[in-house]
Amino acid sequence: MDQRIKSDRYRVGFWSILCAIFTLAFLIITYLRFTRGLGAVTNLSDRFPWGLWIGFDLLCGVGLAAGAFTVTACVHLFNLKKFEPIVRPTILTGFLGYVFVVIALLLDLGQPWRIWHAIIYWNPHSVMFEVAWCVMLYTSVLALEFSPAVLERFGFHKISHLIHKLITPLVIIGVMLSTLHQSSLGSLYLIVPSKLHPLWYSQLLPLFFFTSAIGAGLGMVILESFLSGRAFGRHLEMDLLAPLGRPIVAVLGIYGLMRMQVIVRNGSYHDILNFTYEGRMFLLEFTIGVLAPVILLAIRKVRENPTGLVLGAFLAVMGFVVNRLNVSVTGMERAAGGHYVPSVMEVTVSVALVGIAMAVFALATRFLPIFPESKFTARKAKMPAPRLIPAEEGE
Amino acid sequence: MTVGLLYDSTKCVGCNACSEACKEQNKLPGAVEDHPTAYTYTVVEDHNGANVRKLCMHCLVPTCASVCPVGALRKTPEGPVVYDSEKCMGCRYCMMACPFDVPKYQWDRAVPIVGKCIMCYDRVKEGQSTACATACAYGATVFGERNNLIMDARERIRANPSGYVDAVYGIKEAGGTGVLMLSAVPFGALGLKTNLTDDPPPMRTWQVLSKLPDFVTVWGTSLYAIHWITSRRDEVAKNERGE
Ligand code: SF4
Ligand code: SF4
Ligand code: SF4
Repeated sequence: MDQRIKSDRYRVGFWSILCAIFTLAFLIITYLRFTRGLGAVTNLSDRFPWGLWIGFDLLCGVGLAAGAFTVTACVHLFNLKKFEPIVRPTILTGFLGYVFVVIALLLDLGQPWRIWHAIIYWNPHSVMFEVAWCVMLYTSVLALEFSPAVLERFGFHKISHLIHKLITPLVIIGVMLSTLHQSSLGSLYLIVPSKLHPLWYSQLLPLFFFTSAIGAGLGMVILESFLSGRAFGRHLEMDLLAPLGRPIVAVLGIYGLMRMQVIVRNGSYHDILNFTYEGRMFLLEFTIGVLAPVILLAIRKVRENPTGLVLGAFLAVMGFVVNRLNVSVTGMERAAGGHYVPSVMEVTVSVALVGIAMAVFALATRFLPIFPESKFTARKAKMPAPRLIPAEEGE
Repeated sequence: MTVGLLYDSTKCVGCNACSEACKEQNKLPGAVEDHPTAYTYTVVEDHNGANVRKLCMHCLVPTCASVCPVGALRKTPEGPVVYDSEKCMGCRYCMMACPFDVPKYQWDRAVPIVGKCIMCYDRVKEGQSTACATACAYGATVFGERNNLIMDARERIRANPSGYVDAVYGIKEAGGTGVLMLSAVPFGALGLKTNLTDDPPPMRTWQVLSKLPDFVTVWGTSLYAIHWITSRRDEVAKNERGE
């Protein structure tokens, strides 16, 4: 490993420059945010107290990290050992996702230096209280679950071994925290029956958020294997990833049926038939996030073809993002009596955070034992990697 | 005992004395704005000639207090829902959740806090009436015990049935509120929310949250059981293979 690091010549690539620009912009916006207030950098207002940073960074960041607990549960609890090779990359994605969420929250909170108040002042009636605890605890669990990769790299094999021994309780705690956390993000919206449009409001919101997160989380596992595969010139491990297509179909299928049932029951299908603003947004979400991936991935030929699999996964993830934005923005707009469009600076921050997370992921896969060693080094030696994800280092 | 305010839209002349008194009482900077902000807790709005006051409704089961993760918002035993800016971390869940869209934020400050009517808790605690009710020269805003206010409101409707809509806003809205309103035109025409549930919104969350301890126990045990079964099966398989 050491030799490989030394042999890497530093070359600045397009993605590195882009990432650097966004990081700089991010720092400037952070400065403005903390000197001039939230109003100076965001389009948030008394009408729209929550915007992109909650709708995308928090809701999607957490949701897309769901691959981590799903895959660790498969391997460590259900003993599906063949998925072992993708455990580390998914845990890393989960961990980075959560770090990304925490950074976004620190920007979004009015007084982030008081975040520890959630630890000393309790309000168990508040879903936000539950969310805060889940973020803190699960980020720690992910860090622990991932730590063997770092410890091994630096030769602390004893501690790493100890964590290996504790892996079962850790995984169980992780799965429980994730269940609570994914669903609690949906519960956040239970409190607004008079504000959230009936296409999205339901007493089942916690369940909807949980199931759709599993679907999208598995989609993320496929996507990130694809992206890092391209970056490192490895092939998609189709024998591992194609089987993930089926649970996506099952989970999103059940989720879709439950959503349909609620919509038929509460009569909000009228919005779809009348093609209202909300109806159109729902159709967009449901088509790309549920119908398309379920149909695509249900077909064996498509699922076992790398392009088909990646497309299905990509749609599932995109549809998931649209769903969370619909719940947090579209569905609330009518009650607020206006539209919310994030400011350029809000978008920049979100994009920058995604970029930085991807860059860190790329760096980590390079310097830490994350992907199975043999495959990794063998191919890497021969093939120069096309730089498709932001990597601070070129080849 | 719960105190509250009764606002009679038909008596209100829109002089804004209440809004100004509120500014002074709560030491809020700037002039009275045309809609409520973090610096203007209450305004009088004109809806086609009918006046309506906007202020915190002081819900009997306040949504804002139930959602605040740090308990910065709190229902006092007297009735007012008060805010502790020292605890607030600025998550703005209260703003998102309040069925009446009451809490406002200081978007222009580097160290922002929430602003909302606190029913002059300092005065009310001492047995005084609120600043706005005291300032009102037309009897449009009166302060008192909620039960008495409801009787008073019903009496006004009974005495002048053609002058009022036959309902008191705030008796059942979102589980009932400390601030009650009377109007000559339908409440919706005053811009008041008419799609609120009769059960307090916090109940919807609590139905889920109260089940969490059971859920954690059951889920944790089942996960462990699954693990035990699967690893046991592996062992058995290994033994059978004679390893
Ligand atoms: S009206 Fe809103 S801010 Fe006032 S007590 Fe009710 S929930 Fe809280
Ligand atoms: S903004 Fe402040 S008062 Fe409102 S819910 Fe968050 S912490 Fe509580
Ligand atoms: S009760 Fe007090 S704080 Fe509330 S509007 Fe009246 S004067 Fe302002």
